[in-house]
Amino acid sequence: MTQTIAPSSPPKAPKRSFDIRAILLEGRAFLALIVIFVVFSLLAPTSFPTLSNVIVMSQQVSVYALLSIGMLVVILNGGIDLSVGSTLGLSGMVAGLAMQGIKIFGVTLYPAVWVVVILAVATGAVVGLVNGLLVARLKVAPFVATLGTLYVVRGLAELSTNGLTVNNLEGNPQLGNTGFEWLGFNSLIGVPIGVWVLVVVAVLASLLLNRSVFGRWLYAAGGNERAAELSGVPVRRVKVRAYVISGVCAAIAGVVLTSELTSAGPTQGTSYELTAIAAVVIGGAALTGGRGTVRGTLLGAFVIGFLAAGLTIVGVSAYVQTVFTGAVIVLAVLLNSIQYRRRTRSKPSAGTPPLSTSSSPTTTAATEGRLREDRQ
Amino acid sequence: MTADGRDYEGDDEVVLSARDIVKTYGGTTALKGVNFNVHRGKVTTLFGENGAGKSTLMKILSGVEQPTSGAIELDGATVSFADTNDARDQGISIIHQELSLAPNLSVRDNMFMGRELRTMRGVDYREEERQARLVLRELADNIDPLTPVSDLRLGQQQLVEIARALHANSRILIMDEPTSALSAAEVEVLFKVIADLKARGVSIVYISHHLEEALQVTDFAVVLRDGTMTANALAKDIDLEWIVRHMVGKNFNLGAPPTGYPFGPVALEIDNVRIADPDNPQRNVVDGVSLDVRAGEIVCIYGLMGAGRTELLEAVAGRVALTQGQVRLEGHDLAHLSIQGRIQRGLGLVPEDRQRDGLVQTMTVGGNLSLASVTDFVKGLFLSRTQEQSLIDAGILNVHVKTASSDAPIGSLSGGNQQKVVIGKIVATNPKVILLDEPSRGIDVAAKAEVFNLLADRAREGLAVVYSTSEVGECLSIAHRIVVMRRGRISAEFGPDVAKEDIMAASGEAVVV
Repeated sequence: MTQTIAPSSPPKAPKRSFDIRAILLEGRAFLALIVIFVVFSLLAPTSFPTLSNVIVMSQQVSVYALLSIGMLVVILNGGIDLSVGSTLGLSGMVAGLAMQGIKIFGVTLYPAVWVVVILAVATGAVVGLVNGLLVARLKVAPFVATLGTLYVVRGLAELSTNGLTVNNLEGNPQLGNTGFEWLGFNSLIGVPIGVWVLVVVAVLASLLLNRSVFGRWLYAAGGNERAAELSGVPVRRVKVRAYVISGVCAAIAGVVLTSELTSAGPTQGTSYELTAIAAVVIGGAALTGGRGTVRGTLLGAFVIGFLAAGLTIVGVSAYVQTVFTGAVIVLAVLLNSIQYRRRTRSKPSAGTPPLSTSSSPTTTAATEGRLREDRQ
Repeated sequence: MTADGRDYEGDDEVVLSARDIVKTYGGTTALKGVNFNVHRGKVTTLFGENGAGKSTLMKILSGVEQPTSGAIELDGATVSFADTNDARDQGISIIHQELSLAPNLSVRDNMFMGRELRTMRGVDYREEERQARLVLRELADNIDPLTPVSDLRLGQQQLVEIARALHANSRILIMDEPTSALSAAEVEVLFKVIADLKARGVSIVYISHHLEEALQVTDFAVVLRDGTMTANALAKDIDLEWIVRHMVGKNFNLGAPPTGYPFGPVALEIDNVRIADPDNPQRNVVDGVSLDVRAGEIVCIYGLMGAGRTELLEAVAGRVALTQGQVRLEGHDLAHLSIQGRIQRGLGLVPEDRQRDGLVQTMTVGGNLSLASVTDFVKGLFLSRTQEQSLIDAGILNVHVKTASSDAPIGSLSGGNQQKVVIGKIVATNPKVILLDEPSRGIDVAAKAEVFNLLADRAREGLAVVYSTSEVGECLSIAHRIVVMRRGRISAEFGPDVAKEDIMAASGEAVVV
């Protein structure tokens, strides 16, 4: 999944002579997105396929997509992070409160917006670090550890204002802390800043996963932790970092959302973690770890977002939308299991004493047929 | 030799017979027409080295796999088993080396697992308990049906498995290495139970590497080699020497240890190492082992299963903590180094279980091959793909991996080629010492020979090799020095010219006859 494609080597080795079903299965999230777009364009030709609507929908998707990318990193490692929705909320609160000034030794400091953003992101990193240490060092099951932090972090967010919403985020030119809404309201070349943030995070995540040592370690440890450990992969460190990345992504999503709403509410992001997991799964990642891509996850997030927006536009009730979303998730998991069963079906078993054919090292596709037969 | 599978004496009733069983996996043949009979109320033992086809035959007899051709006859009628449940319904049960009990449930619940006695008001636990007690009493052991299985010793757990099979009215019991994890006293009990079972008309198919032990309990001996039956006989007519002769046969020439170069200084020192048994902290699985390996030297650690070889190698590699003792690489104590640190210093392990510990199944051939050395080609923040690809290409050539491409999924390779990838992964880190734990398990003879050549070449270049195996033949064709482990200790040390029988004797496998 992270290999270069050498000129002589086809990327998918067991070639099935242009199997149309395999192609449909591989690209299913992309196809789903196209189908959704076409169907809603036909149902609502004047409102759905317009540029402004696509931009609005993308802006809505970007928050979920940011969470999903962090979630992907944890899921690739074979874990799960249920705390991202709460982390989003707490980071938003930290940002909102920092805009109101920080009192230290009786003096109220008004940090610049970039400092506010860093504070909020650091909050997410700390939550992620706690998750990571719980899972990697104290061996708490990821589901339980992050379920715990889901509650604790949400509680902290509510405690910070006793449940009140922080509304005044404009800042004051005299204090030098204006510009927070820029993130949520401005555009570059017609594209909202929130979407740009998503693009940057997605590119960075993609580079991290495909091109860095950490990415390789993440895939390896998620695919087989024991084998990765014996190959010298520092599996615990990788795990801690995965959760930190997820926390940071959630915090970035929190800052973007807070800015878009121009208010920081302690209940922001409630149950978003489930949407994020759904996006990762629809994007083809395996919940058992080791398989999944940023591209797929983005497609997954857009499938969910466009489906919800489209259903709203054609006037389907929110309850029916929920049913639809659920059905899509189940379908996605079903297709995942079909895909991965195909790949693992030919797992060889030990203990057979075959007499081999020739033993010359060959790396050409010509030997492919024989090699496939050689499988035990 | 009666390779046609005809009866030995004629006065025993044949309950089960295999007729010309052939099993091929893809292009390779695991069984090449095997014939043998199982007699009512007798023990039939299958002898053979690893890879001779014993496990494949077992899988076929117990319904795990279907033969490619040939037939199984039960009481004279041809039968076929759809799966293990089907085989069990027809009276054949298998007791695997790894027991298939749920440790959290009681003995009773395990015995009735999947066959619970259901009534209108749910499960009839009282009746289950009564029946369980009855069967357990017949096995002459004081196991209470309500004890959780996790509280039982391994030998007792095995009896529970036997009880479960008996309760399912099994007439034929297949026992795969039943004694390998048992204490001597537990083996005694098991043999008594086997005698009882025979008296009740239950037939037993027995598989064991402990030849002497097996010979003691068996009535018939069947020897397999390379997927064919090479000999069968009545146990009373044969001796250990006969078994070994037919098992080993003419050696496939795997070559001899590399010679003609001097060894370097000591690369690896294992100094009085003890490792506690994680399941039983009073016992040491490795109990005071000291071993020096010099650069360029190939040392074989021979021993039966459970002798402590795997634990020793895993501890040296850094996965398991030492209870006592020291491991030094080129004079440096490794105590505080992680697995990663040890690999960087030049010490790597090729683990015993390829699927569980060796490969990342979700990754490609190339991804697996470069995994251990991936830090070597970081350029700035990122991996250099060109450097990685050249390492992978070199690796594929070096260890002769047959693959369609380095981007092929690792699962698409044959067992032997997968193993070469695991070895290549460690070799790519340029180690000074390589530890290999049963590297030839489940790979074919040709692949084995290639692995040996690879190790010999590397040893000539100064690599210290520690090779753990349970196949005597391998020791003789690769090792400069053979160290035998038995129950956590080194019981003997030999040069390359030793006789097979001496090695086996030192391991507790067989006495010299």
